[in-house]
Amino acid sequence: MSLFTEPIGLSHFLVVGAVLFVCGVICMATKRNVLGVLMGIELVLNGANLNFVAFGSSVLRPAGTEGIGMDGQMIALFVIVLAAAEAAVALAIALSYYHAHATVDVDRGDELKG
Amino acid sequence: MDAINWHGCFFLLFAAVACGFAVAVVVAGNIVRMACCLVVSLAAVAGLFFLAGAEFLGAAQLMVYVGGTMVLLIFGVMLTARGPLVSMKTGGGQWVLALVIGVALFAVLLQAATSSSAWDGPRENNLVRHDPVQSEESVTQDAAGQLGLGLLGVREDKIRQENKVLRGGMSGYLLAFEIISVHLVVVLVGAAYLARARRRVQGSGVRTPSPESRTPIPE
Repeated sequence: MSLFTEPIGLSHFLVVGAVLFVCGVICMATKRNVLGVLMGIELVLNGANLNFVAFGSSVLRPAGTEGIGMDGQMIALFVIVLAAAEAAVALAIALSYYHAHATVDVDRGDELKG
Repeated sequence: MDAINWHGCFFLLFAAVACGFAVAVVVAGNIVRMACCLVVSLAAVAGLFFLAGAEFLGAAQLMVYVGGTMVLLIFGVMLTARGPLVSMKTGGGQWVLALVIGVALFAVLLQAATSSSAWDGPRENNLVRHDPVQSEESVTQDAAGQLGLGLLGVREDKIRQENKVLRGGMSGYLLAFEIISVHLVVVLVGAAYLARARRRVQGSGVRTPSPESRTPIPE
């Protein structure tokens, strides 16, 4: 049952994806820096992407069963592109916020508070 | 003692690097150190993509994330890193709350990931790719070719699928591809506008650039 001799399966990848996801969520919740929150989002997206790739992989699934085929890789590709676009927009917003408030602390951005 | 499974060994290596540096991103206080840890973590995830048989996706991850997004992020860090902003401390109560929620979420996800016995591993060591749908006369065998055909609307792996249920999604991803192309153009133009607008507005990013409504910059 050693990990070094047994072939790895789908659930190993899912556990790694879960670790990345939870790290991203904690990062988003605890960081006060806008860019730190952004890095948490990247971690969350990577955890989800890893799950998509693992479910779509023909190497990992048991022999004779049907996975989701190319759909997993295709969705992961779209997620990568969307994450790049999101990072560009979020960084532009962060720079704009920095020049408006002279800080990147998310707790100071409370002008809309009712 | 069986032969050492190198696939599993490399998986353990990449998984340990990815998880370890993800945790380092969370616990690091310095924003520059966080960015460097995130680069390593994302590169390790690209290695996991390679191990899962998604070579094109791993290369795309390395180029787009590690090459593009991280350069963008590090530029953001360098442009805003100034004195006290580099490391901002979070209160202990928030840390406790986030850790409780994170551990609970991780327990749920771990239980879900290990619940199904069909996910434990391949029953035989099918590291040599053998897809039952894919026959010898397929147009292309590599994942990149199949991805490209799928983006053009042809699902090469489903053409010979007899099962009606599994044939769903035959139309591929042409519409999504077009939408995401336009989306990328709009996003890049918008990001360039947002990042440039501050020179004329100076004060708040969204208001109209009239000199009277200029808000003073708080220290």
